Amino acid sequence: MAKTKKEISWDLSPAPESTGHVTIDKRYDLFIDGKFVSPTTKKYFKTVNPATEEVISEIALAGKKDVDKAVRAARKAYDSTWSKISAAERGKYIYRIARLLQERAREFAVIESLDGGKPIRESRDVDVPLAAAHFFYHAGWSDKLDYAFANTSPTSMGVVGQIIPWNFPLLMAAWKIAPALACGNTVVLKPAETTSLTALKLAELIRDAGVPDGVVNIITGAGETGKELVEHPDVNKIAFTGSTAVGKMIRRSLAGTPKKMTLELGGKAANIVFEDAAIDQAVEGIVNGIYFNQGHVCCAGSRLFVEESVADEVVKKLKHRMNHLIVGDPMDKNTDVGAINSKGQLQTIEKYLKAGEKDGFEMYQSQVAVPKKGYWCKPTLFTNVSQSSIISKEEIFGPVLAMQTFRTIDEVIDKANNTPYGLSAGVWTDKGSKIFNLTSRLQAGVVWANTFNKFDPTSPFGGYKESGFGREGGIHGLSAYLNLQG
Amino acid sequence: MATKKTIPTEGIAVMKTYKIFIGGAFPRTESGRFYPIRDNSEKLIANVCLSSRKDFRNAVVAARKAQSGWAGKTAYNRSQIIYRIAEMLQQKQALFVKEMKELGYTDKRANDEFTAAVDYLVHYAGWCDKYVQVFSAVNPVASSHFNFRVPEPMGVVATFASNHTALLGLLESFIPAICGGNTTVVLASEDLPTCAITMAEVIATSDVPGGTINILTGNRKELLPHFSSHMDVNAFVIWDAETTESIEIGDLASENLKRVRFYSSEDEAVLSPRKITDLQEMKTTWHPIENISGAGSGY
Repeated sequence: MAKTKKEISWDLSPAPESTGHVTIDKRYDLFIDGKFVSPTTKKYFKTVNPATEEVISEIALAGKKDVDKAVRAARKAYDSTWSKISAAERGKYIYRIARLLQERAREFAVIESLDGGKPIRESRDVDVPLAAAHFFYHAGWSDKLDYAFANTSPTSMGVVGQIIPWNFPLLMAAWKIAPALACGNTVVLKPAETTSLTALKLAELIRDAGVPDGVVNIITGAGETGKELVEHPDVNKIAFTGSTAVGKMIRRSLAGTPKKMTLELGGKAANIVFEDAAIDQAVEGIVNGIYFNQGHVCCAGSRLFVEESVADEVVKKLKHRMNHLIVGDPMDKNTDVGAINSKGQLQTIEKYLKAGEKDGFEMYQSQVAVPKKGYWCKPTLFTNVSQSSIISKEEIFGPVLAMQTFRTIDEVIDKANNTPYGLSAGVWTDKGSKIFNLTSRLQAGVVWANTFNKFDPTSPFGGYKESGFGREGGIHGLSAYLNLQG
Repeated sequence: MATKKTIPTEGIAVMKTYKIFIGGAFPRTESGRFYPIRDNSEKLIANVCLSSRKDFRNAVVAARKAQSGWAGKTAYNRSQIIYRIAEMLQQKQALFVKEMKELGYTDKRANDEFTAAVDYLVHYAGWCDKYVQVFSAVNPVASSHFNFRVPEPMGVVATFASNHTALLGLLESFIPAICGGNTTVVLASEDLPTCAITMAEVIATSDVPGGTINILTGNRKELLPHFSSHMDVNAFVIWDAETTESIEIGDLASENLKRVRFYSSEDEAVLSPRKITDLQEMKTTWHPIENISGAGSGY
């Protein structure tokens, strides 16, 4: 009797998140002085779902006059209400924002994934809860600032201009707005042009929380709008998260002005694996370090250094793990790697893939199918990369890992620090004394030992060298929004 | 009994050549240039070095070389070395007062500034092993991780000392930096430079490792673009800047995102640990905490 050969499929069935409970308007205006107002430019730009290439909504383009209106509203709110109410009352408004965000968490997660392409599992479990936690943590600081900075009589700065990127749209808005408000400032925030929706939803929520008009203003647009905000003469401080190139431009344009600045810029983090590490955990850490959020992470562990004696084992296990990453529909709860945020970013990543191949490095991409429509990049690993190659020097901002091997601790520290960036680093070893040797010598603002890509509102985040200056989170992050005497 | 021989002398004083201080040595400027410093009656006090871009670059190389060694010393050791500078300075009051008076100080002002300078050193010596405690934190993250934040030196700090004072302004420009494990390249007051070089002689005998503190004399305007744009300088401290200076510095310092700190002699508190932390990077470190039996643990 002939045996029937039966194929067993281990693939997971699709588990799509429902979008039925989410309302997205056809068009969004600017949020200025507590109201949604149409832009004086009369122009709107489209925002696209990067997983389907479908237009989701239209977003107002703020021009110079709109930026000016927003800054005036913020100044008026600062002078008339926000600096007048007690610090404890200020805190209570921020607590309200945190609570409302928790209530509407699922809605925000769905919109974040639709607009930005990140897996729903991540926006649901990381972005939105962390954003709420940032508001909750900072709310409590409002009336305790004198304890945070002894002998300095901390005072607010005034009107703060904030510009945020597209990789963690809501989370970055929370990182920026929460400490600014807690420290008594009013805000004009500009989200990135490809991911404005959750910031505008947050504007609705801030209005619902009863926060006085003009305390938070959200204006949308691209680089030109950001430039107007940076150069507005009545802004006291600029907080920017984005590329190092733009950060340097902002720094130049503010030279000689009294405006304060914090810059959270690019990175090219070293993730270092020693032979005595728990290899399976380290491989998980490598995957989490570079493929989390499609590699659209300024602190991504994009340079992998593996001790030579375990390099073959690590590469074998890493490739195995890469092949089991589910790449595709961001709305599917099983998805590990979602869509690349925009067509432009996909082209940038592909340029680097070509450069890596042209340089002759061995390229491996995970053996997975990706959808036909939308912007996708398979998780990619380059091995035997040279220290001086483009793919190990420049920030790619995609799921592309450049691997090198090393023999000694001094060698790997030299290689890891040999970069103008200094945002983050990772170390994997079971030996405590080795961990502290590494963590104290790596020039990076955040060092993860036996873990990677962890964030918390109590934990300061920010870079050394050309990764920017200033910190966000924790006590130290508050100082970015306060004038301290003495 | 033999008679003791004497040297016949008219008692003409030996004048000191004022050189610059790089890597623990006292070279002349490589450029061979000088500028004269005269007292109120136009009498020459000294020809001091008009340092060049090359001198500055040499000094940065020396400072970079010394940085990991200086930062790697224990805080207790750095504290004792800075205290030692105060000890060495204290015994040279007559010399410094004489030099300050040559530069136009009254006797009282010279003595007051000298005393303040010694007290300033003693104050900051005490901060070396304390600021890390005051400005660090263990952060209660909402996951099973030990998370702490500590300050670390930025690296090489270039400084422009205030032009208003001969001694205290010089110390204010670099002592907070070296307390915090940075190494420094200092441009002394252009108009009052002689005390700075005498101070370098004090530093040279205070167990400060060569290259930790480098002192140049010269023209602020000429050296400004080089101090601002050097790619291996991590931070630039400028005392009493003109507005035009701050625009040029802000622009040129952007290329490597040099940390720039403008201080004014009129506004600043003389003694503040914030002058130390202004030149520190904050590093956050994470490590998981084992969590086996279901009972969570954390800090």
